[in-house]
Amino acid sequence: MTGGARGGGQDRRLACVSTGKDPETRTNPTAPAVQIDGLVKRYGSTAAVDGLTLTAPRGAVTAILGPNGAGKTTTIEICEGYRRPGEGTVRVLGMDPVRDARALRPRVGVMLQSGGIPPSVPAADYLKLLSRFHTNPLDPAQLLDLVGLAASARTPYKRLSGGQQQRLSLAAAVIGRPELVFLDEPTAGMDPQARHATWDLIRALKADGVSVILTTHFMDEAELLSDHVVIIDAGRVVADGSPVTLTGSAGQLRFRAEPGLDTDSLLSALPADSAAKESPAGHYLIEVPGGTVEPALLAAVTAWCAERAVLPSSLQIESRTLEDVFLELTGRELRS
Amino acid sequence: MTFAPAPGAAPMRRMVAAQAGFETRTLLRNGEQLTLTLIIPLLLLAAFSLESLVSFGGGYTRIDFLTPGVIALAVMSTAFTSQAIATGFERRYGVLKRLGATPLSRTGLIAAKTVTVIAVELGQAAIIMLVALALGWSPNAVAAAVVVVPLLVLLGTAACSGFALLLAGTLRAEATLAAANLIYVVLLGVGGVVFPLTKFPPGARSLLELLPSGALSTGLRDVLANGAAFPAKNIVTLAVWAVVGIALAVRFFRWE
Repeated sequence: MTGGARGGGQDRRLACVSTGKDPETRTNPTAPAVQIDGLVKRYGSTAAVDGLTLTAPRGAVTAILGPNGAGKTTTIEICEGYRRPGEGTVRVLGMDPVRDARALRPRVGVMLQSGGIPPSVPAADYLKLLSRFHTNPLDPAQLLDLVGLAASARTPYKRLSGGQQQRLSLAAAVIGRPELVFLDEPTAGMDPQARHATWDLIRALKADGVSVILTTHFMDEAELLSDHVVIIDAGRVVADGSPVTLTGSAGQLRFRAEPGLDTDSLLSALPADSAAKESPAGHYLIEVPGGTVEPALLAAVTAWCAERAVLPSSLQIESRTLEDVFLELTGRELRS
Repeated sequence: MTFAPAPGAAPMRRMVAAQAGFETRTLLRNGEQLTLTLIIPLLLLAAFSLESLVSFGGGYTRIDFLTPGVIALAVMSTAFTSQAIATGFERRYGVLKRLGATPLSRTGLIAAKTVTVIAVELGQAAIIMLVALALGWSPNAVAAAVVVVPLLVLLGTAACSGFALLLAGTLRAEATLAAANLIYVVLLGVGGVVFPLTKFPPGARSLLELLPSGALSTGLRDVLANGAAFPAKNIVTLAVWAVVGIALAVRFFRWE
């Protein structure tokens, strides 16, 4: 959290001091969960967010993906009202996250990327405190049980494991029965059991009509959970759609064989729009953009191998994963 | 369990009460804070009243001189040192940021912190006065003290809180911890708590009486040991510090 807190903290969530109009009258039950138009946020000369436009539908799970430094957390924190947009407009449940903060706070649950809970406080006490801020909260003890922390109810936050701390944060985000929750990397640092439990909870939220916006680095998580995926890089949206639209119908056929086979001669035996490459040595990939792997293609490949007395192994037919799409769009070089 | 949305902010009073109760319990659970706010003042009271370690002058009994000073120390330890350290670490751990996303407003949070400080001070004052009475304290005060003592404590609390939040809201948590403890020790020495300001050279003395610590301890001693009705100079001094401290905190406090 550097850079944003200048000018005496004016960049933060502000109490909505009388705008002369009851914020409730601006509530629009059909407004998208989040609507962002041309958002720009600069820190000094660098733009953390650079003309970002996206819509997250109501009642759906929207995953925001992007490499480190892509602008995910800045975008989410602007939606949460922690930072003011530089340019562009942001609407959360149809309202302005800064001007309408007071009306939005009870309706929006927040899970920060880390921390926010006093280290010496027992898990149960913290949830109980937050429950007292709401009119119809979930039962803290039941919720603690649901996220698998019933046995750690009296354990101070600092003595919980990383995954347990994440689960307590998640519970804190939903205790007030919000309409919308922002989850910033909810499963970071969790073991597989905890990840699955968290996924179940997110599915339950969606089933009960809660809109969910999450960021994640796990492509499988985004593919499994979300109705809508937004990939951002360098502060802009580079792809936007359902996981199925994004991965498209592109088919892939992979096999292993001895290295150095002549892929050009293989290509001439395949349908015109196919691509074939060897990377790394001995691993062959045939892609059919915009199509699927047909039986004839498989026959052509195996016939080509037979002509060369090559036995392919580990032959797999698969569709593109979200991870393939992500790496294609954002490149393979490491980010800081 | 259903997650079906049913949002709603609780009434402000309930939120403030919940937060104040939470903060008080957190403070009482913290051994270091408790040492600072209760053990040290009580030890000073007992040690300096039972043994003639310092000659106080002015014709007071030892306990009559010490009790107002120790009450002043208790106020400084709770409203300044303890609050600065706690708030500094809350800021560092993102606790203030996270609370910003709940229905509890900033005003509500500050109200809760004020309630917490006053509740702890009431507890401190009760314990210190009971121990002092057991040690033979006999206050020499007029009836107006019932109003003037709380007024002095309130103004002292406001001044101390302003500077506590100024420290906590501008420095790193570790720097706040160090500075708040250092200032506490210095004020213990030159704040008229156990060492009488009358022992300092005249120039230094009038300066020390203009500090919040000196103004609070001298004012309380005037009312509780000298039978003064209204120590106007000390009250004005504390009021000025309160306004300055709170104004600086409002201007410079950073939430994250």
